[in-house]
Amino acid sequence: MVNRGPIIHVRNLVKKFDDFVANDNLSFDVNPGEIFGFLGANGAGKTTAIRILCGLSKPTSGEIKVAGFDAYNQVDSIKRNIGYMSQKFSLYEDLTVYENIRFYGGIYGIKYQEIKTLAEELIEKLGLTKYRNTLIESLPLGWKQKLAFSVAIFHKPKIVFLDEPTSGVDPITRRQFWEMIYEAAHNGITVFVTTHYMDEAEYCDRVSIMVDGRIEALDTPAELVRIYQTENINNVFIKIARNPDRMTVEK
Amino acid sequence: MKRFWAFVRKEFFHIFRDKQTLLILFGMPIAQMLIFGFVISNEIRDVGIAILDQSNDVATQQLTDKILSSGYFLLEDKLSNSDEIEEVFRRGKVKEVIVFEPQFEQNLVRTGKANVQIIADASDANLANLISAYTNGIIQDYVNQKNVLIPKPMQIIPEVRMVYNEQLKGSFMFVPGIMALILMLISAMMTSISIVREKEMGTMEILLASPLKPFQIIVGKVVSYIVLAFTNAVTILLLGNFVFGVPIQGSVILLLLECILYIILALSLGILISSITDNQQVAMMISGFALMLPVILLSGFIFPIENMPIILQWVCQLMPAKWFIIIIKNIMLKGVGFGYVWKETLILIGMTILFLSISLKKFKIRLD
Amino acid sequence: MRTILHLLQKEFLQIFRNRMMLPIIFIMPLLQLIILVNAATMEMKNLNIFIVDQDLSVTSRLLVDRFSASPFFRISNWSTSLDEADETMERGKTDIILNIPGNFERDLVQENRAEVQLLVNAINGTVAGIGYSYAASIIGGFNREIITKWYQLPKNVVTLQSISAKPSFWYNPELNYKVFMVPAVLAILITVIGIFLSGLNIVREKELGTIEQINVTPIRKYQFIFGKLVPFLIIGLVELGFGLTIGKILFNIPINGSLFVLFTTASIYLITILGIGLLISTLASTLQQSIFISYFLIMVFMMMSGLFTSVETMPNWAQTINIINPIAYFMKLVRTILLKGSGFRDIYQDIAALVIYGITILSLATWRYRKTV
Repeated sequence: MVNRGPIIHVRNLVKKFDDFVANDNLSFDVNPGEIFGFLGANGAGKTTAIRILCGLSKPTSGEIKVAGFDAYNQVDSIKRNIGYMSQKFSLYEDLTVYENIRFYGGIYGIKYQEIKTLAEELIEKLGLTKYRNTLIESLPLGWKQKLAFSVAIFHKPKIVFLDEPTSGVDPITRRQFWEMIYEAAHNGITVFVTTHYMDEAEYCDRVSIMVDGRIEALDTPAELVRIYQTENINNVFIKIARNPDRMTVEK
Repeated sequence: MKRFWAFVRKEFFHIFRDKQTLLILFGMPIAQMLIFGFVISNEIRDVGIAILDQSNDVATQQLTDKILSSGYFLLEDKLSNSDEIEEVFRRGKVKEVIVFEPQFEQNLVRTGKANVQIIADASDANLANLISAYTNGIIQDYVNQKNVLIPKPMQIIPEVRMVYNEQLKGSFMFVPGIMALILMLISAMMTSISIVREKEMGTMEILLASPLKPFQIIVGKVVSYIVLAFTNAVTILLLGNFVFGVPIQGSVILLLLECILYIILALSLGILISSITDNQQVAMMISGFALMLPVILLSGFIFPIENMPIILQWVCQLMPAKWFIIIIKNIMLKGVGFGYVWKETLILIGMTILFLSISLKKFKIRLD
Repeated sequence: MRTILHLLQKEFLQIFRNRMMLPIIFIMPLLQLIILVNAATMEMKNLNIFIVDQDLSVTSRLLVDRFSASPFFRISNWSTSLDEADETMERGKTDIILNIPGNFERDLVQENRAEVQLLVNAINGTVAGIGYSYAASIIGGFNREIITKWYQLPKNVVTLQSISAKPSFWYNPELNYKVFMVPAVLAILITVIGIFLSGLNIVREKELGTIEQINVTPIRKYQFIFGKLVPFLIIGLVELGFGLTIGKILFNIPINGSLFVLFTTASIYLITILGIGLLISTLASTLQQSIFISYFLIMVFMMMSGLFTSVETMPNWAQTINIINPIAYFMKLVRTILLKGSGFRDIYQDIAALVIYGITILSLATWRYRKTV
């Protein structure tokens, strides 16, 4: 029976590094199949929060459930049910397209025969048939990012975390990338994405904005624009990030 | 020019902020000196031996006592027959078995001749040679004592003097060797790794795109390492002098200049290495290992060159370390001036120019 | 389990795609073995000796003949002038000067005692020591010869006693230094692979950020470590086999022990060494640092392991330090297995020590890895 509750459930998440509070009492939910945008300035605490959600670090306090699993004790189960793609790296440069897919498929427990079939399908779908046995380092950045995303959801995880996935990519490829994200969400995969491109924020179902370790805004893009009386998310962001004290949001 | 110095300053900070690496860079030569000075020796003590006494008389007992009281040996086992020898060797604690023939004392007194078998475990050939020589020495000493009252005819007495190194101090040998090794290692390895690192990180492209000329980049990188290596050289010399008594008979200035020359040579070697690979691991393997063992083994540092097969001797001529060691030894121990070492110095200069030109050419090719 | 296989598959692909790997694994050892083993010898031949004969008597000529007949010496020059000899030595052309004074023969016969002078160029201390002892033994042998030939024992004198103590060398009768060095070089080679290639590999991943990607997957840390270390264990053993084959073909080293014992021991040793490499990778943050730390450790351990000089000649405190020197254990074990044919029964103590060492280091390294990476 599919659980219709939030797929990510966070209440009063606090993460401290000695005395420094990186995440200050975060509370939010993400719904299954949602495209959730996680925005914030550099140093606001986004990366810290994502790492906790992915099971890479333990929270100091608070209630965190990812895909129904507890972030303190069930980290391994979390990892099995999520995918991850970071801007820094995703695929091994010195392995081929096929070898990367096979590796990650195997890591997530897909059987050999299935991997083979699914991999060939994926390669064809991405139009990479010619490059099946090419090393990743020879591929242009746009192809790499698209492939990386596909590999991240290859094992059909419940949630996929994307950390600045489209950095440095040309606008056309970015467009194609977001189409892939839509398709994944349509197929039931929740997408948790951070980005610096404010126009991409508009593609999300809901958006949260973090400032200094706190979530200062959380709503659909349309609502945020309305509440903050600006033309677009970009300006919402600027308004919030500049004046964190002036937080009188009335719905 | 100002850009250049800014670059040099950045390099300095890079190095000196990495405390861990610095510690090792200075710790290495000191550790090596200490090991060579205090650990590696040719003296033995408490080496395990076993005795198979087939005679068991006064003479064998006296000999055994003498051997055991020398401090060189430790009795691990008394054997009862020769079958046990192999087993005791295999277990490894015993390095030598001394076998006294039956009727030892009788033979000695009646015929004036007796036999002792010294069986040494030569899986360590070095040690075997040493301990059998020591054992024999003790035995001959025993004999000489017994014979002391008998007038000995026609004795040829060799009086020996060790020239340039009166006390045959090991440190005279290893200090120059360590200098050659450390300076080569630090300069070549650090330089090559540092340059390759920039290549790997991609920052090299940035540097090349800047107004700095390629040769300025290289020189800038290298200046800090010269200072580092030079400080190391001075440390080694001071340690050698004050702790181990290695003299500097000749001109200190000449010595230091030659050191700088060698450092530059090693640096140019490092640059050459960095021009043939883009991978830090590989750079390190080449400069660390491809260089290290040959420097130690083919430079005359530990093993004398004269004994190697002819082909290898030619290879040794290609080792910069070999020439450098000759130069330092001559200046430090013999006190000679430039007149004696100009040939070797010229060779070093030649090598440096060779390495630098090849590197420069490769660098230029890369840019085009 | 499947995870580990996938990891291994990926590692091997990456290792062999690195174009430099194969030469490093196969050519470097080949070269090093050939060159180094040939170079490493303590035997002396052709030492240059300058004869200064101020006596020019029958006896002095006979003595000089002994030197010219010896394979160890090459008479570079004759003279009656000591100054000339001194100058040659200063120019580095002579290793030893034998100075026979003018009254040599007369003193020997009339006073029963004559001195000769040996001036040894001691710039190279080892050569000097060995050269001197060769020269002294030639003189001693000559001495004994002339006593026997010329000296008439007066009646009623007690005979001189002499004890003949000839050494015989087991396992390496000719004191062939190559036999000594090949196992040592092999040990060093696989040590290098163990510490460097594996440890550096991990630090490299740290630097590139690929470890993070591994951390979000269900791959457990111990699986990752296994996947990193096992390829190098295998490569190390292959290297050992390769080196051993070359050693046999080129140098005909004895392989008296069981190969099974050898490779088992090598595996235990490699695991220990890999553990050390892993530990270093958790301590260093950059590749450069880990390179230097590894280098330093290898250098120190290597020198103290009995590579150049025997462990037994080291002072007691140094031998105590060797308890934590894995190379020392392995050096000893390789030599004893290959040359003496020792089996498990003979060496179990050292192996046990190595096993304990290995387990400790691996646990320590894994624990640190979990905490910091």
